[in-house]
Amino acid sequence: MTATTRTPAEIAAWAEQLYYDLDFAAPRAWKERTGGSAIGFMPVYAPREIVHAAGALPVGIVGAGDWLEVIRGDAFYQSYLCHIPRSTIDLAETGRLDFLDGMLFPSTCDVIRNLSGMWQLLRPGAYVRYVDVPQNYVKGVGGTFWEHELRALARELGELTGTPVTDERLRASTALYDDNRRAVRELYALRRDEPERAPTSEVYLVLRAGHVLDVATHTALVREYVAAARAATPPALDNARVVVCGAFCEQPPLGLIKTIERSGCFVVDDDLLLVSRWFSRDVGAAGDPFAALSRAFLEDTVPTAVMYAAEAGRGKALVQRVRAARAEGVIFAAPSFCIPALLDQPMLAAELDREGIPYTAFKYAENTGQFHPIREQTGTFADTMKLWSVA
Amino acid sequence: MSTIPPPTRLNPAAQQRDDAEKDRSMVRQKELIAAYYERLAQAPERGEKTVATFVPGNLAELIQCFDLVPILPEINALQSGMRKRSGGFITEAERLGHSEDVCTYVKCDIGMLHGGNIGPTGAPLPTPDLLLLSYTGCFTFMKWFELLREECDRPSVMLQVPYQARGEITPEMKAYVVRQLESEVIPALEKLSGVRFDIDRLREKLELSRRAEDDLVAVLESAKNRPSPIDAYFGGVYYIGPIFTAFRGTEEGCEYYRLLRDEVAQRVNAMRGPTTPEGEVTDERFRLVVEGPPNWTDFREFWKMFYDEGAVVVASTYTKVGGLYDRGFRHDPADPLGSLAEYCLGCYTNLSLPKRVELISDYVREYGADGFLINSVKSCASFSAGQLLILREVEKRTGRAGAFIESDLVDPRYFSAANIKNRIESYLQMVEQKRASGVTS
Ligand code: SF4
Ligand code: SF4
Repeated sequence: MTATTRTPAEIAAWAEQLYYDLDFAAPRAWKERTGGSAIGFMPVYAPREIVHAAGALPVGIVGAGDWLEVIRGDAFYQSYLCHIPRSTIDLAETGRLDFLDGMLFPSTCDVIRNLSGMWQLLRPGAYVRYVDVPQNYVKGVGGTFWEHELRALARELGELTGTPVTDERLRASTALYDDNRRAVRELYALRRDEPERAPTSEVYLVLRAGHVLDVATHTALVREYVAAARAATPPALDNARVVVCGAFCEQPPLGLIKTIERSGCFVVDDDLLLVSRWFSRDVGAAGDPFAALSRAFLEDTVPTAVMYAAEAGRGKALVQRVRAARAEGVIFAAPSFCIPALLDQPMLAAELDREGIPYTAFKYAENTGQFHPIREQTGTFADTMKLWSVA
Repeated sequence: MSTIPPPTRLNPAAQQRDDAEKDRSMVRQKELIAAYYERLAQAPERGEKTVATFVPGNLAELIQCFDLVPILPEINALQSGMRKRSGGFITEAERLGHSEDVCTYVKCDIGMLHGGNIGPTGAPLPTPDLLLLSYTGCFTFMKWFELLREECDRPSVMLQVPYQARGEITPEMKAYVVRQLESEVIPALEKLSGVRFDIDRLREKLELSRRAEDDLVAVLESAKNRPSPIDAYFGGVYYIGPIFTAFRGTEEGCEYYRLLRDEVAQRVNAMRGPTTPEGEVTDERFRLVVEGPPNWTDFREFWKMFYDEGAVVVASTYTKVGGLYDRGFRHDPADPLGSLAEYCLGCYTNLSLPKRVELISDYVREYGADGFLINSVKSCASFSAGQLLILREVEKRTGRAGAFIESDLVDPRYFSAANIKNRIESYLQMVEQKRASGVTS
């Protein structure tokens, strides 16, 4: 890969190959090349810095999209549960995740929580850790607990990989991830300011590549895309500016993202793959790196449905995001049966109502194949917003 | 062809004969719950403050130390379900924009609130003065109280209880819960009530809890007898009522469990089966373990599907959502906050899947069960996600075949009586056939 020689579309096309590769050739190749370990993690948040500091590659596992026919996974789940756990089980049962040396299950919801136990039952002896993030944001309370969790994870991963997570290594890893988050923030700022240069269908692929690439390689890819997108001459479009909300765990198929765009929307902010921009500032590489990671979590975590809001006014953060992105409306796009997203939605919608911000809502599954009704819905929504803005 | 014998004969006469003696505990249970709801309804005019909280990880003794009255939205929802009121509440919540995919307890509660907050007994419920979010074993709890907070404009305090992902309680987990009790929960309760926290008062209440817990365990374990004197699921939900709600740590609670224990002991001595709404089971033909909560909207009909076939539930996991006392946990006056923390950490829905498999398998063996049944409720991912694997694992470990049925808690639309009945009957028929042919699985 050489910087600035590829067009944004070429970079996205390259990332798309990673996206469709359910055999995980990229992380497998990384392992072969470096002799390191690979540790999988599920949405929404995992401290990738610690995995990296243990000499391992953190690999984001977000289901199997719409290009794997899930057969075995369905035998593990009732029809009324969301799709991501069944496709994840399917990936595991078909050997596609055999390259992983361990798996992290964050405390995102009860489905992922219970999947951590299923993993223990189905893969005896495999390294499994539940990442129980703090919902209390006081330093000496939730912070103490979280710091202990981080240290325990570091100790175990160090033992697993044979590379102890020293303070020095963790500081270096944190610096790399801070840089990566800066690059991702640049990418998001570009899309917000000039969405025609950075369509979400491309931005998403570039972001998603970070789930299977080494952090430094991914940072370079993001910057390459930003530079190429800035240099390109995109067509002028008169689209409505929207924030997509609710898609933080099970991912919408790429076709759905494209559908939203083709129906006349610029997605100017979203909550896709939140782990890539979990902190709104640098964690910082000075001092005790565990304390720094913990502090960043307590103070700067992005507001999302899976984190407790200590005060009323749950929807205020979304309104702020809408304003910051100069969006005209919100598309609630949540996976069917997604407990956090769907329970959150009425609170967010109520706040949007109070603020007079229009919204529309639909549900999807990662293997949704029918985009026509969604195109109709978001197209009408975009048209309505454009009419309002003219009026 | 092996045929299933005719339905079990119940004995309504025996029921009548011993009504006065046998039903004392049932009458007392009803009185306790009625008194609790009356107290709740009168709380505003009596100047009593209320605290909404959840059953798993509820801090009944601590709340009492501040003379506060608990409101338990899950209990309100299930009571509304039993009284056939939940369907309307759920429809109302869905009309207000709540998804059809989420827990129906939440929608029942929200719908009830919007309908004037008339509780299951027909009396109005007060708006809680504080939302004590005991975040134990269920993600939905967090969103439920965030939603309620938006509706009622009342403060909330969160008690995060770490998940026992590896089937153990570590010192750090316990310390975290204790720290939250000290620095968040107790100050919030002091502020609301104006009462200073008195740890000795808490100790006294925990001693009462411990006594009641001993008696409850004796009742639950009586099901090891043949015949079992109790039904540990359908009957069990009545037995756990007081201790899971407002009566843990009270004299009335102790007195109820003593009474219940004595009655059950008499039934054991007389070799009598469990009582049901239609009389006593006189012919215990199947001993089952049940995993998962019951359906509440058609509770009686559901129960009848079992007792009509002589199927008695000898152990259940649902009766452990408010504490796993039968595995040894007791509230401990010597370690008041520490034991409250352990209590919260140890509730059934806070256990890992491997631990749940182990517990159900142990129940099948310890209680001499012929099989086990999973009632998978659509509302509750905490219970349901992974239950198909639990089914397979328990079958593998016990050599007993399991049954799997699907329903919901309080949404009448998801109780398909004919299907469920069919499933249960075929399952019991299979158990019978295997028993007849000397095969265990
Ligand atoms: S899609 Fe929603 S319910 Fe399903 S695992 Fe993810 S967060 Fe949980
Ligand atoms: S999801 Fe389950 S545990 Fe949680 S409130 Fe609903 S029924 Fe209760």
